[in-house]
Amino acid sequence: METRRDELTADQFERLEVGTQDSERIVGPPVGFWRDSWNRLKKNRGALVGLAVIVVVIIVAYLGPLVSPYTPYGQDLSRRFADPSSRFWFGTDEFGRDMWNRVWIGTRVSLYIGFLAAFLDLAVGVTYGAISGLLGGRVDDVMQRGIEILNGVPYLVVAILAMLVLSPGIITITIAIGLTSWTYMARIVRGRMLQLKEQEFALASLSLGANRTRLLVKHLLPNSLGPMIVNLMFTIPLAIFSEAFLSFIGLGIQPPDTSLGALLSEGYKELRFHPYLLWFPTAVFSLLMISFNLFADGLRDALDPKMRK
Amino acid sequence: MTEQSPNGNGRTILEVKDLKKHFKVGRASIKAVDGISLSITKGETLGLVGESGCGKTTVGRVLVRLYEPSDGEVLFAGEDVHRTKGEDARSLTRKMQMIFQDPQASLNPRMIVSDIVAEGIDIHDLAASKEERLDRVHELLETVGLSKEHANRYPHEFSGGQRQRIGVARALAVEPEFIVADEPVSALDVSIQAQVINLMRQLQRDRDLTYLFISHDLSVVKYISDRVGVMYLGQLVELADSEELYANPLHPYTRALLSAVPVPDPDYESERERIVLAGDLPSPVNPPSGCRFRTRCPQVVEAAAHVDPPWREVKPGHWIEACPCFA
Amino acid sequence: MAAMHEGNILQVKDLRISFSTYAGEVEAVRGISFDLRRGETLAIVGESGSGKTVTAKSLMRLLPKANTLIKGGEAIFEGENLLKLSEQQMQKIRGSKIAMVFQDPMTSLDPTMRVGKQIVESLRKHLGLSGQRAKERAVELLTLVGIPNPEDRVRQYPHQFSGGMRQRVVIAIALACDPQILIADEPSTALDVTIQAQILELLRELQERLGMSVILITHDLGVVAHTAHRVAVMYAGKIVETGTLREIFYNPQMPYTWGLLSSISLPTADRSQDLIPIPGSPPDMSDPPKGCPFTARCPYAMRICAEDMPEYTTFSAEHKAACWLHHPMAPNIDPPARVGSAR
Repeated sequence: METRRDELTADQFERLEVGTQDSERIVGPPVGFWRDSWNRLKKNRGALVGLAVIVVVIIVAYLGPLVSPYTPYGQDLSRRFADPSSRFWFGTDEFGRDMWNRVWIGTRVSLYIGFLAAFLDLAVGVTYGAISGLLGGRVDDVMQRGIEILNGVPYLVVAILAMLVLSPGIITITIAIGLTSWTYMARIVRGRMLQLKEQEFALASLSLGANRTRLLVKHLLPNSLGPMIVNLMFTIPLAIFSEAFLSFIGLGIQPPDTSLGALLSEGYKELRFHPYLLWFPTAVFSLLMISFNLFADGLRDALDPKMRK
Repeated sequence: MTEQSPNGNGRTILEVKDLKKHFKVGRASIKAVDGISLSITKGETLGLVGESGCGKTTVGRVLVRLYEPSDGEVLFAGEDVHRTKGEDARSLTRKMQMIFQDPQASLNPRMIVSDIVAEGIDIHDLAASKEERLDRVHELLETVGLSKEHANRYPHEFSGGQRQRIGVARALAVEPEFIVADEPVSALDVSIQAQVINLMRQLQRDRDLTYLFISHDLSVVKYISDRVGVMYLGQLVELADSEELYANPLHPYTRALLSAVPVPDPDYESERERIVLAGDLPSPVNPPSGCRFRTRCPQVVEAAAHVDPPWREVKPGHWIEACPCFA
Repeated sequence: MAAMHEGNILQVKDLRISFSTYAGEVEAVRGISFDLRRGETLAIVGESGSGKTVTAKSLMRLLPKANTLIKGGEAIFEGENLLKLSEQQMQKIRGSKIAMVFQDPMTSLDPTMRVGKQIVESLRKHLGLSGQRAKERAVELLTLVGIPNPEDRVRQYPHQFSGGMRQRVVIAIALACDPQILIADEPSTALDVTIQAQILELLRELQERLGMSVILITHDLGVVAHTAHRVAVMYAGKIVETGTLREIFYNPQMPYTWGLLSSISLPTADRSQDLIPIPGSPPDMSDPPKGCPFTARCPYAMRICAEDMPEYTTFSAEHKAACWLHHPMAPNIDPPARVGSAR
């Protein structure tokens, strides 16, 4: 790097005009938080694969049954327990119903549950947590005790109670999830609020005259989106799993409606002689779980501000 | 508590009367600010120095109404700032602004610079149109030595010194009269500190601003301030003109503080006599009775524990907490 | 390897260190050389991004292995190149022959371990002391660093000490095995001014008493003026000037040093005059400038400054600076009025 120059000319010792404007100029396009995160996410192959699989599964769940000549509920006892073939791509179950249809219908239900939980996370969890964290003091104390009480009741007990009061089915599951799944998000958001509201940029906003709503909407929530999104992404597979569990033990979706959990339950019973009834729902279920988790992991790494330069 | 008299040639813009701010932590109460009185004249820079835990940052935050005082009053142009409401409160907000310490944390990382700078304009409806808003942002950026192109960038793309300038531009956007600068240069490199200090001085000249300059850096405070107040454990122990304080410090804490600051001049350093304080800062939950400094004072006398030292003007414009040890 | 200059305890030659980040390679240290004499305090002064902390950590091989590239150079200590030693060999040296004190006393100590135990750990590992003898030595060390009631305090946990006291404990641990070199990275920056004074006094006393050599990393010229014997000024990964304390403060020969000295607001500064800051900001080390790194901010910059790195010009046995202004073909420049004598 240091070249030996024996011949230096006088003009090299002339004044060099340096503008500090040059040293203060910033090159390149403005790199916002989302662009930066997306760049990071793109580098994570696992996450991209996960995302791709999720998208593919969703598309097939909605289009799959449409390409089949059969229906999910149509029974044909002459075709019970048919093995997978070019006619019945996933085989048939004990009532002769086409499994291709049933698996994808079931997937739709599971996805619905997952996204419902995510929606409730947002609608209830974020709101609750934001109010609790922002207001602080007594209000926060009371609201937190509320959450602790809710958390104290096991999810299964809530589900059973719901089932006793209402009939088991998708409504029951909706309620059971609605009452319990949002508390984690509330805690996360509250934690962020408490942390962020003491930061100098929040204080600056207040000293400029911002009211609390403005503080929340323009400053605190945008800076909480990272943990919020990651948590949402983890909530979905968790909810799907919870529903699968409930349905598996018979408390969830009731026949003839079906979900992945219900299919797993039925398939499990026939494992000995008709294993395909279990493999297909298992494959879809596992794919969904793994993909959501991979994607959520990748999102967390991409959005985590600590990883920034 | 006796008040500080203004220095003759200007009107008093801010008066603080026996201000107290206590924070409850569990059952204990942290007496962060425990009885401060002073007044600031329009156009002057009052420096406030002290070490961590002395309460100077809390004073600043109470003045701009980020905190409510536990006791005492703050009067801006005669109005009690914590009792105003509605329209008066809003206009008061515009007049009293703050510049923060940490260039990393003082700007919202998710907002672009023009939104950050224009926040005050948005809140107080100071621009009639988007174009006007943008024009004002550009003007402000140029005033602080940045350029128009910086307006749609994000904070992390800037250096510390540049971020501080953005913070200054933000405060200026609402056209304040009084600015509390809370350690505005402490987190910056030395060569950048000078840039920001020069900027602040120039803005003061151009816009007739009044500053409360809070810092633990005594050299910087002396340079930029007209008068300087020294705080210890929530109280003022000395207040005087800047030159006077550094030339003739009277309170033992001030003297120890001044002698502790390392001066970038080797001969001076090797010749000077250093007063090294023993012990640690007492807890603000339970400050020592009487003179708070007595647990570390090199000249402590018995009486210091029993008498609350009075705040006295021992020379014109030079006030101290007159503790029995030396008064 | 060349023979050690008489009186040198450490010789660093052409040290080059880079980091690989997702944005590319960042050159933190770009070829620096310096010596540490026995019994002296060498201050390495620089602002953020200058590479001074990276230099210090590299001597102790404490940089993260994953993305650190030691691209060249040597650090000769007791006849060995520290940069080439194995981790096992380094572990024998760290804490016993070369010790380091970091900036933040809050995070330097293990909060779950009693203070005495943390000192004894080092004694046991390097000196083989155990039991009673080790405990006695721990108490001796706490006394040495000026902690009152050491017999009681040796059994306490870090959170029971204040910031200044914790830093003393950190120093005690560093001194436990009588190291020959102490590297102190901004040892007093995180502390209040009155505590800072205590710690600097302590370091100075200890150095005189124990005859240690100290490398003091700092950005604070006041601290340098108080404690250092010799000074090396770093900028953008290069050492731009070295000299004795008085030479650097009273006869600096490089515009960056002038700029540093002019921009600090001394207690004796004239309030009616503006400070003379250095305009602009330090360069981006992922794309370091060709030539002298200070060019973009230098009021005396010449064309050649942007093209080539200047060689060192020697002014005295200890004093040298790298600047094209000292080339015979360069115009004559006087340093700014305020620099030279601060009084």
